[in-house]
Amino acid sequence: MATLELSAIRKSFGPVEVLHGVDLAVADGEMIVIVGASGCGKSTLLRIAAGLEIPSQGRVRIAGRDVTALEPADRDIAMVFQNYALYPHMSVAQNMGYGLKIRGLPRAEIDRRVREAAALLGIEALLDRRPRQLSGGQRQRVAMGRAIVREPKLFLFDEPLSNLDAKLRVQMRAEIRRLQRRLGVTSLFVTHDQVEAMTLGDRLVVMHQGHAAQVATPMEIWAKPADTYVAGFIGSPAMNFLKGRLTEGGRAVALEAGPTIRFADGPRPGPEGLPLTIGIRPEHVRAEAGGLALTLTLDLVEPLGSEAVLHGRLPNGEALVVKLAGPGPRDGTLPVALPAEALHVFVAEGGRRLDPAGG
Amino acid sequence: MDRKVVFKQRLLPYLLLAPQLLITIVFFFWPAGQAVWFAFLRQDAFGIRTTFVGFENFAELLADPLYLETIRNTAVFCIGVTAIALSVALLLAVLADRQIRGAGGYRILLIWPYAIAPAVAAVLWIFLFHPQIGLIGRALNGAGIAWDYKLNGDQAMLMVILASAWKQVSYNFIFFLAGLQSIPKSVLEAAAIDGARSVRRFWTITFPLLSPTTFFLLVVNLVYAFFDTFGVIDALTKGGPAKATETLIYRAYVDGRVNLDLGMSSAQSVVLMLVVILLTAIQFRFIERRVHY
Repeated sequence: MATLELSAIRKSFGPVEVLHGVDLAVADGEMIVIVGASGCGKSTLLRIAAGLEIPSQGRVRIAGRDVTALEPADRDIAMVFQNYALYPHMSVAQNMGYGLKIRGLPRAEIDRRVREAAALLGIEALLDRRPRQLSGGQRQRVAMGRAIVREPKLFLFDEPLSNLDAKLRVQMRAEIRRLQRRLGVTSLFVTHDQVEAMTLGDRLVVMHQGHAAQVATPMEIWAKPADTYVAGFIGSPAMNFLKGRLTEGGRAVALEAGPTIRFADGPRPGPEGLPLTIGIRPEHVRAEAGGLALTLTLDLVEPLGSEAVLHGRLPNGEALVVKLAGPGPRDGTLPVALPAEALHVFVAEGGRRLDPAGG
Repeated sequence: MDRKVVFKQRLLPYLLLAPQLLITIVFFFWPAGQAVWFAFLRQDAFGIRTTFVGFENFAELLADPLYLETIRNTAVFCIGVTAIALSVALLLAVLADRQIRGAGGYRILLIWPYAIAPAVAAVLWIFLFHPQIGLIGRALNGAGIAWDYKLNGDQAMLMVILASAWKQVSYNFIFFLAGLQSIPKSVLEAAAIDGARSVRRFWTITFPLLSPTTFFLLVVNLVYAFFDTFGVIDALTKGGPAKATETLIYRAYVDGRVNLDLGMSSAQSVVLMLVVILLTAIQFRFIERRVHY
């Protein structure tokens, strides 16, 4: 158990820089999820923490010790790979005990720890099997077991659930979370799946093009996304973005789609007429007629049973997605209102969040 | 995957098989059958009379102390060639597998010796090791080591082993390299994280996972050492000095082609065939069990 500190990590492969200075401090026992689209550098960051890649610049510290120059073997970490990376020529017990054997533990102790971990994961019956005789879920458990028996300072997970089918993924997700809490091992978990990220992490790192776009708790990220990329990435269906301009001395936004809406939480700093991007989550759009209502022309309705996702266009041509309780209308038009308290305000250029002045 | 193809005409499948069967029959079964038949015959010196002598050829052969010496030579030669060719190729493949600059060129250079004819290879080795005109041979003698493979049987054996192994290294190298590259990188990374350093990783992960390749090459190399090294031996030492480098295949040639004792030579061929069949069977039976596919 330990802390992990990544400071100003840069990484280039040849002329291409994939990480442009990432900072991250993971507290003891914390589970951090690194989430982002493919190619954002999240796996590279994890591999740098593991020692499988050497950063071009920056430092890695585990439990306060600078390990930047150390081999993976000297870092006292364990990693679960996307394809599990089990040793195909060893039995499950040998797979799990390999790291302990290398550390020169007595056979009885290895045996005891392997059995303990196997009991924890419910794979005692599989100890004599070979990896190829196991199902995907079982392999996943063995890979977990191999990480647990080592009792490492740090767990690293590289998209370990992405090769499982949907049902098993949900089950293993909960299991990993429970296990991590119980063992209290500091963990870094990489995924491209936002649901996995939201449910697993104490805090999330949303990666975008080699930067950490935002580091915060899942609810904070959902409620106050730092920029339009994070806002669009977290939440399903994705947040709607509408164009507008700052008006009334920063107290309101004039939407291109028509209405001017006063901010509920105070005026924004910035010149009159500053181009803004206004975000609103589909579940926050209300279907009601009234003073500020817009007419949404529906072009697709996805009924999900208890709720419906409606895709449509506003009169000025901007797309809007609405999530409503109940089956919803089949087609036609729908009056919708955008509640002021649900708006996210971003500067159009760069997409940075614009919070009320002084607030 | 294994879909069965059903032919409408009954003749077509046989026609498609015919060329291969024909070649196998003409160039393998026929001569092999003749060898077996000749092994039971004896001709007089002028080839006029041929008598059926049963197992007499074999009895005489196994009673010949020189033949037993040849068996010993062959064992030393085969083990030497196989061990050197496999270990050197594995070492080179491991080095080439590391991501280094110019790896492609390095690989091509290593593959070249395979494309060289045995006689040419032998000439190259003569230029290196000839006691008077060879580069290394002269250096050895200059350093006070009495090097002359034409007089010293052990040195001659060493030289034919080296030359034969050298020719086979390229072939082994290609297979080892392919085998190494088919080992998933993440498995090695997992081992690194589990605390294994490179040497340990090699012996506990890479080498066991390479065992199908190693096993295949072991069989191929032994067969190569038994049969395909005739050219190198003939060009380098002609089995000498004093039959020190005469292997089973070379002796079969000498008795058959040079001494024109067809019966004896055929008997030796049959013995050779049996030895190789036995070796291969033993390998598949016992070693394959330890192979992880």
